[in-house]
Order: sequence, then structure tokens, then C-alpha cells
Amino acid sequence: MVRPNAPAAFQHRFAPGQAVRVADRPALGHCRTPWYLRGKSGTIAAVQGAYRNPELLAYHRPGLPRRVLYKVLFKQADVWGRYAGPAGDHLEADIYEHWLEPQTT
Amino acid sequence: MHDHDDHDHDHDDDHGHGHPHAPPQKDHDTGPASAYEVLEEAIRQLLIEKGVLTPQEIAAQVDRMDSRTPALGAKAVARAWVDPAFKRRLLADTRAALLELDIDIGTLAEFRTVESTAKVHNVIVCTLCSCYPKMLLGIPPAWYKSLAYRSRAVADPRGVLAEFGVEVPKGVEVRVHDSTADLRYLVLPMRPKATRGWSEAELAAIATRDCMIGTAVPTVPRRAKSKRAA
Repeated sequence: MVRPNAPAAFQHRFAPGQAVRVADRPALGHCRTPWYLRGKSGTIAAVQGAYRNPELLAYHRPGLPRRVLYKVLFKQADVWGRYAGPAGDHLEADIYEHWLEPQTT
Repeated sequence: MHDHDDHDHDHDDDHGHGHPHAPPQKDHDTGPASAYEVLEEAIRQLLIEKGVLTPQEIAAQVDRMDSRTPALGAKAVARAWVDPAFKRRLLADTRAALLELDIDIGTLAEFRTVESTAKVHNVIVCTLCSCYPKMLLGIPPAWYKSLAYRSRAVADPRGVLAEFGVEVPKGVEVRVHDSTADLRYLVLPMRPKATRGWSEAELAAIATRDCMIGTAVPTVPRRAKSKRAA
């Protein structure tokens, strides 16, 4: 049996290395996209799998179709306007595909 | 506050042995039940009445969660330090590698192991709530769930680490992992150089809980260093 979150079992829009931007939009209710990352640019670090959508699961719905989850790598300097540490510092977060847009610039 | 279990007189009375006492510590469950406590009680009773779960099964699961300790994670770290092939498997598929050590982390959450090296220091946080690798490290420390840690660890990780006594050199990257969704993270800390020839049990003893969160680095006790040198 193919595990539902094994990469071969689903299509994914973004690939590792691709530049993305986290959608800058509000969300009502349960949401796993932190506010501090909305509108921020990063890079796909890994395709983590396809999981039931927590925004629906939180309200006792099946959370289907599954949503692809990515590990996104951000430069700390791109996340915080006044990050105090060195330029090489990074932050990673797991972000669902429907919260990501291709970075066009 | 000292432990009063060993004597049974009433401390509310003036019992005249010449020093003031702190008021008795309140039971953690005094006062009206919160909405969540009422909800938990109602759901638990329903599950029992409808025969979905027995009280024994609930107690056994609570015991199972409470009995998890960072010793499980430390065992995996120690093995990874002595066995490069195991380390590769742990980094590639954490759940499967842990099963080799008879550690079953269940299937509720996916696990990832991130390796700290001479070039990168990893630290784990969950800004949204307090996601934590409980099946491997046990119940999280109170500070891990605090708003202060959750908000500051992402914005000023070096400042937070310094407060934990960890000074990361400027040339070493600090990488924060915000476990926002379905994955739980474990830090594989860097093995100290002064541990050459140590047994897995000796190594596990220095792979502490905070080392596996990333708010500490393994240290070799002075005593052990001198013992080895002797």
C-alpha cells in the first residue's frame, strides 16, 4: 500500500529550490499559517507529504482533499525587518500549498 | 514550600513552634471547573457509557503518555553518535529508525530529525501552540509552552539561546524550526569531541532534553574529563 503522504502518491505544485511567497491574507478560525510569515518570501526546502486539511479537521470535517505540506526556508532577515543576528541565520516552517504562491520577481 | 505529608496537624491553627508558615498550597484542582474540564469530563463519561473506551484503557493511555521521558530520545541520539549508518537512517526516516531501538512513536504525528553540526545549530519551537515530540521526549517543559519562548525563539533566537547559556558563534548558522503543522522535530545535537571511546549509556547521559530541543548543547562534566585524562 502506498502511504497517502508518500511523495509518489500525490501531485505537488512546487519543487524543492523554488522561490515562493506566503499568501498575505487573513483567515477565519483555525489556521496553521503563522501571521508573522504571511507575505514573506522563502524557498521550498522539502515536500513533506499530503495531509488532511487542519483548517477543516478543526471543525470535525474530514479535511479532504488532502493538502500538500512543504517545508519552507526563510532568511531571518526577510522575515523580520530588524533581525539582530548574522545574515546566515534561517527559519523553517511547514506551510500548506494553498497558502503558497510562486515568487514572480 | 516544604512537604507536609509527613505530619498531620492542622497548620491553620497557631501551633506555636516559633516560625511563620506559608499558607498551605492550594490543590491544583480547587475552584470551579473550566469549560474545557467540563467538556473533557462529559466526553469521557459518554465514551465510557457507550462502551467505546473503558476507564482502564483511558488510565493506561494516560500512564503511557506520562511514562515517556527524554531517555528515549537520548538513546536514539547516543546510537546515532556511535553508528553513522543508524544516523543516516534516523535522518532519512525517523520513525523506522526508532523502531530498530524498540521505540514506537505511533502514527499520530510525523517525525523529522534535524542534525546540528559545526556549521548549523538547530532549535525547535511551536509558535502556534506547543507541538512537541512527546512520544520521544515526554511532557514538554512549562517554558516551551510559554508565550515568551514561543514568540521570542523565532524573532530573537540568539538572545533566547544566550539566556539558556548557549552562545552560538557568529559564523555558525542558527536555524529555527517552527513546527506549525503535522511534523514534530527532534534535534540531533553535535557530539562533543571529548567523548571519544564513551559507551552508548555514557553518551545518552549527556544528551539531555534541552539538547534535543536545541536550547542546550551536550557538555562533558569536568569530572569525566579528568577521569579520562587520568
